[in-house]
Amino acid sequence: MPEETFALPETDVRSLPGSDDIFREVLPNGMIVLVRENFANPSVLLQGTLEVGALDTASEKLGLANLVALGLMRGTARRSFSEIFHAIESIGARLGISASVHATQFRGKALAEDMALLVDLLADVLRNPVFPQTEMEILRMQHLTGLTLRDEDTGSRAQMAFDELAYPDHPYGMPSDGYRETVESLSMADIREFYKRYYAPEGMILAVVGAVHAREVFDLVSHAFSDWDAKRESAVIQVGPASAPDHLLRSDVYLPGKSQSDLIIGAPGPARSDSLFQPAVLGNNILGRFGLFGRIGDAVREEAGLAYYAYSTVSGGSGPGPWQVAAGVNPQGVNHAIELIQREIARFISEPVSEEELLENKANFIGRMPLQLESNEGVAGAMVHIERHKLGLDYYREYPAMIAGITAADILAAAKKFLHPERLAIGVAGEAIRDPGS
Amino acid sequence: MTDAGRAVFKTRLSNGLEIRLQEVHTAPVISNWIWYRVGSRNEKPGTTGVSHWVEHMQFKGTPTFPAGKLDRVISRDGGYWNAFTWLDWTAYFETMPADRIQLAFDLESDRMQNSQFDPDEIASERTVIISERQGHENDPDFRLSEEVQAAAFRVHSYHHEVIGDMADLETMSRDDLYGHYRRHYVPANAVIAIAGDFVIDELLVRVEETFGGIPAGEPPSLLVRKEPLQQGERRVTVEGPEETELLSLAYHAPHARSGDFLPLAVLDSVLAGASSLNFFSGGLSNKTSRLYRALVDGEQAASVQGSLAATIDPYLYEIHATIRPDRAPEDVLLVLDGEIDRVLQEPISKDELERAIKQASALFAYSSETITNQAFWMGYTEMFANFEWFESYMDQLRAVTSEDVLHAARTYLLPSNRVVGMYRKSRGSSHA
Repeated sequence: MPEETFALPETDVRSLPGSDDIFREVLPNGMIVLVRENFANPSVLLQGTLEVGALDTASEKLGLANLVALGLMRGTARRSFSEIFHAIESIGARLGISASVHATQFRGKALAEDMALLVDLLADVLRNPVFPQTEMEILRMQHLTGLTLRDEDTGSRAQMAFDELAYPDHPYGMPSDGYRETVESLSMADIREFYKRYYAPEGMILAVVGAVHAREVFDLVSHAFSDWDAKRESAVIQVGPASAPDHLLRSDVYLPGKSQSDLIIGAPGPARSDSLFQPAVLGNNILGRFGLFGRIGDAVREEAGLAYYAYSTVSGGSGPGPWQVAAGVNPQGVNHAIELIQREIARFISEPVSEEELLENKANFIGRMPLQLESNEGVAGAMVHIERHKLGLDYYREYPAMIAGITAADILAAAKKFLHPERLAIGVAGEAIRDPGS
Repeated sequence: MTDAGRAVFKTRLSNGLEIRLQEVHTAPVISNWIWYRVGSRNEKPGTTGVSHWVEHMQFKGTPTFPAGKLDRVISRDGGYWNAFTWLDWTAYFETMPADRIQLAFDLESDRMQNSQFDPDEIASERTVIISERQGHENDPDFRLSEEVQAAAFRVHSYHHEVIGDMADLETMSRDDLYGHYRRHYVPANAVIAIAGDFVIDELLVRVEETFGGIPAGEPPSLLVRKEPLQQGERRVTVEGPEETELLSLAYHAPHARSGDFLPLAVLDSVLAGASSLNFFSGGLSNKTSRLYRALVDGEQAASVQGSLAATIDPYLYEIHATIRPDRAPEDVLLVLDGEIDRVLQEPISKDELERAIKQASALFAYSSETITNQAFWMGYTEMFANFEWFESYMDQLRAVTSEDVLHAARTYLLPSNRVVGMYRKSRGSSHA
């Protein structure tokens, strides 16, 4: 292979979304509307966020934000549950709403000819929900079944165990979908009160991509939302910082009958707004993503044959989300896998990545952009991302130059700041026990 | 069906390799898929899972692209790639920036012939694949599905999971793996489907240059053992420590080329909601489907889904329900059977038929949107039928009548034609 001739790809940034082909308007009520036309496909995708999430719930009511988000589609002043889904499913459309820690997300898709109906439905469920008691009880039972399945899942339990250790006294330490007892305790009054207090158009982002004209979309959205004047009762909550544990922390969750254990290792990482976020993401690609799971994959999967998957992620949301490694391994191999991952983290923070690794990973980030931004889903997600994190409409056009400018020293600085091989949180779930026989 | 102006060019190289090309100029991207007519259908006891393991070994290197290099060269060019093994086929794809696609051709033509199957790599991959299977085993859905599938197929090789039985994963040899690779990875047993930002005449030259010199090989022979008609309902129970109980019904179903296949797909849409035949495209919500109303609104189950797969030989139509904690699988089966009786007694309504077709039409459009998906469809349909099946799919679907659906229901949704599977929480000592 001609290694010596390899160079960063030259991307025609004009094919990427930018300020000259993203329509952006803000309604007087603070709702942000983004549209990008794409007549290559016959569909339209609608995606966005509202500034309400699990942060707005007290710890004894965890799961409330999610139940409210799911309950929006259980009936409105204009349509019953059955009528809402008859309207959606009859035209082959999709619409879903869910809550996470910081925000409530929605995404809908339809043939472009059905755009008006999709916008009308979205406005109806966001603005006029009635949370019918019978429907909400069915929903609660479904949610509780989901929690039971979650609590029997090794991956979910390892993540929960990790979160508790990595984020003591921090909202990220608890699952945003709640616990059985918190969900069982929620009353209809809690549900209706939460909606009334926190659902509002201020800061809401609605991105639309597809075979539709931007001005027509804006007119539809404006008609459906501009007279929504609800206000949040209190300011949007910002989460506090989080730092690596003082020493190695480990929690093992015993789940009988499981052939494979899952483990999560890591520490709080950079927020999206952190200047070290982008070096951390590029470095993380080297650590646990590039090729088949990067250096971690080489050590744990390729060399030791311990796991089907072993990879790392940097969350980088509105707060200090985790920088973590996840792996699924045989219970007998858990401790060995942890050692190998610690070894790779130690190497990652002690020496700069090589020039070859840096070049290849930059090329990966720049070269894959046309692929990531090919679909309506990719573009809509990108537009919501740049709006939510205030990155500017030309972010993706400036992205190749920004990535090209990251140095090995930048990556090392990010690694040293957030990762310490002896100050990690480790969550394990499965048959494994830490010290067999003890 | 393809969009106007997106005609598919079809040819066959002299070595038997089938070629499908489609120009799509919506993004500077090309997607290259290579499909081999080999999957778990081609396996025998003793080497179950061999097709999937061979797929893994195809990422372990050739003399030109040694292990560890393949991933790097694709990734650094901004591409993504993956591979899949299923009942009837094994597929590999690379979606790349258009100016880098030659790398995908070089790589695929090389590993069609020169994969090394190094014994050390096989030893390492054995534990990786066992780990993959153990990950599946963590899930009661998998444990139940495996038993239901085995109960449904006593004779036909569809009886085992694609991942293979643990006994075979522990004992399979390099000779087993390498022999399977050499027999099935030949041009005469493969289809290449490429869609994206290229000019057909120019790309065809490059494809011929890259793949045309590979010796044809022989299309592998396969003794298909036909599954005899099932003589009565079969029941299986799986127990384990997990709390949430499950119910699965699996009816023997027609193969994809059968005239009953699309009527049964419409019936699935009415019963359990519309789903896409494209594995990677997802379906719609199913809250207005008959089974959701009866089981979920009826406070019996937390969720219900249906699935019908397009296969070479007759496979299964499956209905799967997750039981509410305050109900038992038997309760849910009673209600479910009431709904099955309805579709056996009377035709679906005109409105239901029209909705099912509109839903299928939308899903078909969604599942063809990206260049990767367009290349997928061209090769995928060749694995169980041919591209004409894909081109005529919507017309055939629109021609389905309520009577066709009733006929399909009365042919397939019979108790004697099904396996009933239940997953229950074990009472007593923990699951071994």
